[in-house]
Amino acid sequence: MSYFLFFLLAVVCVGAVLGMIFSRNQAYNALLLVLAFAALGGIFGLLSAPFIAVVQIIIYAGAIMVLFIFVIMMINLRVGIPAEKKKWTIYLSVILAVFLIVEVIIAAKGSFQALAAPGGEEIASPKALGNLLFTEYLYPFEITSVLIIAALVGAIILVKKKEKG
Amino acid sequence: MTEIFWLIPFIPLFSSFLLAIFGRALPKKYISFQACFAVFVSFIISVISFFGLLQVSQESYPLLKTLFTWIKSGSFSINLSLQLDPLSAVMAMVVSGVSFIIHVYSVGYMTEDKSYSRYFTYLNLFTFAMLLLVMSSNIVLMFVGWEGVGLCSYLLIGFWFERHSAANAGKKAFIVTRIGDLGFLLGIFFIFIHVGSAEFTAINEAISGGVITQSLATLIALLLFMGAVGKSAQIPLYVWLPDAMEGPTPVSALIHAATMVTAGVYMVSRMNLLYTLSGTAALVVGIIGAVTAVYAATMALTQNDIKRVLAYSTISQIGYMFIGCGVGAYAAGMFHLYTHAFFKSLLFLSAGSVMHALSGELDMRKMGGLRKYLPFTYPAFLIGAIAIAGIPFLSGFFSKDAILTQAFAQKQYFIWALGVFGAILTAFYMFRLIFLTFHGNERLEPEAKKHLHESPPVMTIPLGLLAFFSIIAGYIGLPVVFGKRLNLFSQFLEPVIKPVHEPHLSIQTEWLLILISVAVALLGIYIAYIFYIKKPKTPHTLNAKFPFIYRLLYNKYYVDEIYNAVFVNPTIRGSEIIYDHFDLKVIDGALNGSASVTGLSGKILSYIQTGLIKDYALVFLFGVILFLGYLLF
Amino acid sequence: MIPGSYFFILSVILFVLGVIAFFVKRDLLTQFLSIEVMLNAGNLAFLAFARALNSLHGQVIVFFIITVAAAEAAVGLAIILLIFRQKKTIKSEDMNLMKG
Repeated sequence: MSYFLFFLLAVVCVGAVLGMIFSRNQAYNALLLVLAFAALGGIFGLLSAPFIAVVQIIIYAGAIMVLFIFVIMMINLRVGIPAEKKKWTIYLSVILAVFLIVEVIIAAKGSFQALAAPGGEEIASPKALGNLLFTEYLYPFEITSVLIIAALVGAIILVKKKEKG
Repeated sequence: MTEIFWLIPFIPLFSSFLLAIFGRALPKKYISFQACFAVFVSFIISVISFFGLLQVSQESYPLLKTLFTWIKSGSFSINLSLQLDPLSAVMAMVVSGVSFIIHVYSVGYMTEDKSYSRYFTYLNLFTFAMLLLVMSSNIVLMFVGWEGVGLCSYLLIGFWFERHSAANAGKKAFIVTRIGDLGFLLGIFFIFIHVGSAEFTAINEAISGGVITQSLATLIALLLFMGAVGKSAQIPLYVWLPDAMEGPTPVSALIHAATMVTAGVYMVSRMNLLYTLSGTAALVVGIIGAVTAVYAATMALTQNDIKRVLAYSTISQIGYMFIGCGVGAYAAGMFHLYTHAFFKSLLFLSAGSVMHALSGELDMRKMGGLRKYLPFTYPAFLIGAIAIAGIPFLSGFFSKDAILTQAFAQKQYFIWALGVFGAILTAFYMFRLIFLTFHGNERLEPEAKKHLHESPPVMTIPLGLLAFFSIIAGYIGLPVVFGKRLNLFSQFLEPVIKPVHEPHLSIQTEWLLILISVAVALLGIYIAYIFYIKKPKTPHTLNAKFPFIYRLLYNKYYVDEIYNAVFVNPTIRGSEIIYDHFDLKVIDGALNGSASVTGLSGKILSYIQTGLIKDYALVFLFGVILFLGYLLF
Repeated sequence: MIPGSYFFILSVILFVLGVIAFFVKRDLLTQFLSIEVMLNAGNLAFLAFARALNSLHGQVIVFFIITVAAAEAAVGLAIILLIFRQKKTIKSEDMNLMKG
């Protein structure tokens, strides 16, 4: 059962990203990615990480992508931008990407054993996660909150229109 | 008493250093005081060390003092270490003593000069270098002193460097002695390869232990002698010494009479075991010394410049010292070095006094009859001349006679004959100088005559001191006829200078030889008297009859011209050609070329900077892949 | 139980697709989007390993990554807006002020 779910979600995800690659319309790109991230959220759930899955859907698919869509609307480009003119860069990047796949898989070959090991079937409860977050990772947690505020302030200041006079 | 002997070279060095930094701002009186006092202190310490040495037993010779390790590379190490033994003690006293007297003289002589402090800086530095040379315990440090005196000689000869002739003379001195130094260096290398150490004690052990074979000894001895030939102005590297008279007269007295030029003789004496082992090298030394002695004396016969006569005389006298060393009488050679230091510097300083009196005139044709105007200088000069001529009861007689007697005893009759002939010439040209300068008709320039005055006491007192020593210095080395015991000098040096087997001469032969020496000296004086007092026309008639000989002698056998044509000009021309073809084109070309290559490559590489992030990201990706690949494989 | 290697391979594929997307597209915004894809691929890999190693630390890291990605997206989009205001275009070829 879970296999079927996994493959479904995986296909949806990859398909959405491929669609993003081939589509020229930016709005379509963003929406397809929302789909991709949602599927990814499901996959996270399959990985015994329910909390993260929800966070992914709420924040990534929900907030970040919506942010992107807002910006797309503000930029308001009527004309779609055609794909890269210089074809050779595309081919080059594809080739390099293949290389990358190969290399990474080779690199991780050793850990396939470990990956296949029967990991913890216990569902990582938010309680346990929260425990870890507020003890061992307290410092990064607080810093991250500061980071978010900084980003917020930064973004607002950057985009503010200068006042006349 | 002897622990402080290592300070001897360094006090003048310190003084020189201070003068170099602060000299311009210091008052003249202080500079004179400091410079002279520094050398005086060195002299006192050397005397104290000498007495201390006498009290120490001979087994502990030489007394060493190592200051620090200068070079250390694997098994090769050279220390800055000084040694005190009879030879170095004698040399230290002579060098510091004469240097002190000349420093005092210079205070008077150079008083009007605008570079007063620079002069004393160099003079102190020279004293340091020479003391380092004679007191060092290894041959490499001696070479440092060797080069140091060469440098100071260059600086002091070219002291009045605005004069072209002076600057060229300085260059000439340095370059010619450098040629000799090449041989010296090669000698040092060979020594080091075979002995493994540069210390004199180690070298002597190697020689007596048989590590150095006779043929090797010959090679090393000849190479080292090359350096001595350059530094001590023998044939064929003597050409710089007459030109060196461009420097101030006290410099000529100190460097080119008493100390630097005798460094070669000191070196040969220091390495006496080496030269004794190799009979061939000793013979070469003796022959070159003898030939130079006569050759230089012949050139002194015709010179009109008072200092040039003395310069050739120096070359000739050093030849005598090498005769002594060459026949195995190293002590006799050193003895002559010691007496010569006194009377030659006396002669030079007196000549300086004459020049000072005549406002700088040095052409003898414009002098004459100065006897009545210079009541101090004349007797001083006369004493020096008598000493050098070898008249009995003055120092020169004892030392020259010792050398010639030894030469005869070792059956080197050819060398002895040359020495005797040289003695005649010596007496002749010295008294020619005396008669032309102080006797006869006055041929002075009217301007000079107006300002004619005797020198101040600061100059005449040193003259008096030197004259005193020229008379009495010889009595510590009485000839063997008076009993072997009385030759204190060679006895003192025995631990260092192993005496060569002296064949025994009968008493009659010895007295005969002494008589011959005296006779030829008196003969020379008499001939000079005839030529210049009795029948003053004689030189002119002789020159008219034998114009070729006269011109040959007067032009110094055209040796300078030959050297110029054969060595100097081709080298200059060759250098110019190399400059045009190599220096300008290749080296400058390479330099400019590399600059333009850099510029070009910069231009090409700037095409990579397109400013587009995508291109940068591509490169980034590529780099990541490479890196990953490297980590994996 | 799905073996972790499947997730890992998926993560790699997603990452590579993100890379390709970055190079294929010509407008800044979509390139930025592809960066987000890459980030997510990384998240997936982290989670896969976290499950295999039975450690919660991987999940915590993912949590942080998501948060930081959000902040970064905000600022990045602000910058893109500014660029658009200046240049009236978001074609990445036109951003060549650093040329030379």
